[in-house]
Amino acid sequence: MSSIAAAPATALAPERRSLSPWQFWGRALVLPYIAVFLVFVLYPVGYGLWLARHPASYVKLFDDPIFFRSAVNTVVFLVVAINLKMMLALLLSGFFVQARWWIKILSALFILPWAVPSIPTILSVRFMLNPEWGVINSTIFRLTGLDGPNWLNDPTLALSFSMLMHIWKSLPFWTLILVAGRLAIPSEQYEAASVDGASMWQKFRFITWPSMRTLYLTSTILSMIWTLGDFNSVYLLTGGGPADLTHVLATLGIRYLRLDQVDLAMASIVVALPLVLPLVYFMMKRLSK
Amino acid sequence: MKRWTPKAIATEAKLLLIGIPVLLWTLLPVYHLFLFAISERDSATSGRLWPKDPTLQNFAIVFKQQHFYLDHFWLQMWNSLLIAVSVGAITLFIATSAAFAISRLKVAGGRWVMNLALFTYFIPAAFLAVPMYKTMGLYGLLNSQWALILAMVTIASPYCIWVLKQASDKLPWELDEAARIDGATPLQLFRLVYLPLMLPSLVAVGTYSLLLAWNEYLYAFLLLSNDRSVTLAVALGNFLAADDSPWELLMATGLIYALPPAAIYYAFKRYMVSGLTAGAVKS
Repeated sequence: MSSIAAAPATALAPERRSLSPWQFWGRALVLPYIAVFLVFVLYPVGYGLWLARHPASYVKLFDDPIFFRSAVNTVVFLVVAINLKMMLALLLSGFFVQARWWIKILSALFILPWAVPSIPTILSVRFMLNPEWGVINSTIFRLTGLDGPNWLNDPTLALSFSMLMHIWKSLPFWTLILVAGRLAIPSEQYEAASVDGASMWQKFRFITWPSMRTLYLTSTILSMIWTLGDFNSVYLLTGGGPADLTHVLATLGIRYLRLDQVDLAMASIVVALPLVLPLVYFMMKRLSK
Repeated sequence: MKRWTPKAIATEAKLLLIGIPVLLWTLLPVYHLFLFAISERDSATSGRLWPKDPTLQNFAIVFKQQHFYLDHFWLQMWNSLLIAVSVGAITLFIATSAAFAISRLKVAGGRWVMNLALFTYFIPAAFLAVPMYKTMGLYGLLNSQWALILAMVTIASPYCIWVLKQASDKLPWELDEAARIDGATPLQLFRLVYLPLMLPSLVAVGTYSLLLAWNEYLYAFLLLSNDRSVTLAVALGNFLAADDSPWELLMATGLIYALPPAAIYYAFKRYMVSGLTAGAVKS
């Protein structure tokens, strides 16, 4: 063991000739995860790709108008909902870093949508939007005597509400991340800028944004990857309806699966891979440093 | 105390102008849920901000399982608990061993394992669900709670390994050297040095995986179908099967289901937030 004592403190574990107890236990302890990965990730993914090997599946998929609509919905969801959410999160992070006792309390309440499971709150919103008994249409009726719209029966409105639901649920998380980013900026920079007479916009433009840019981009990309897998916001609110017009790729795959069309389900996922894999590659580069 | 100059008042007013809409936006769905849970069936839709006769009767019906949607309420609650605790424990075991092997024992190929885990972390959950469902069928695990437990362990462990590796890379290497010089075995190093120092991070990832499993809907509803084996999340989704579902009972059940994770979240908020943000802010 003298080689370790002589090595500098930052050195890695020294090379060993035979399998030392350290290397033996290293392999033994990493084994459970490798087993999980092989059995529940590698094999399913490989099997799934094998199921999606027939070109006929893709022909069938592209002939399905529901697939085309879902792909468009997914792009709209990613572009509109995520950018809106991240911009709101950036704005609100500036609000939540203000030192006020009531903002501290508010920030504890603000995290509630993230802290509670999504099903009860999504179903709560679904019932608010109920055309006959929902609180929104009852209020419209009481105030104006008119019947409110059948919110979830209009594909555009229904998809918009799914996006709002998604924003409601995940805005607190991203705001928290960006608050942490803002708190990491040394306050001397702002003080110096104040002395020089910088406006609020100038402080944001020349101090906040340059130090937050990378974090903001990373967060947006990570949010895109997660949102591609967001099944609940759409399925539990609209069920993909009316007439299967509000599906996104996350719910479409499950729809095909339940219709026992696994090849179509896998094909719809494979089609999304050219979009997903570059995002995944970008995130892995950033996080494995 | 600061002076209330006109400028200071204007600043406060501007902050309130943001704060009040944020508060309403955040609480509306939660308050609506709560309002329904304490209202009688007919008065729930009256549009009042507070029910005329608030009642706990909905909770009594849920607890006594007096509706056919709720026939197995306690059993499903137990299933949720059992599955969440199992996922938390198994994930903690797998992730801690892997992070220790990669970060402290510098196992050969550790970087590679970390990349596999990160790759898994970035597969959208709904995409992995399709092949996972088929594979669980091949393994003969469909409708067994093991299918859900193992699926959730698969989804939870990559992030846990990553967080634990980040945290354990920060521990001073001198500790390991001292332990080795004193003749400690790898397992002694793990038990006597590593685990105590990593406790805050272990709490964070344990809570994370427990909550992930308790809250999961998609995998639970795909992998389990028997009324007696499903979790509470699936039971809640089943209320959607009919148009005339007892919504007040659904909301009461939903509130009961949402309370434990919210309580755990707030209790461990300190660990959760620092664990989550430390990883994300690192650039």
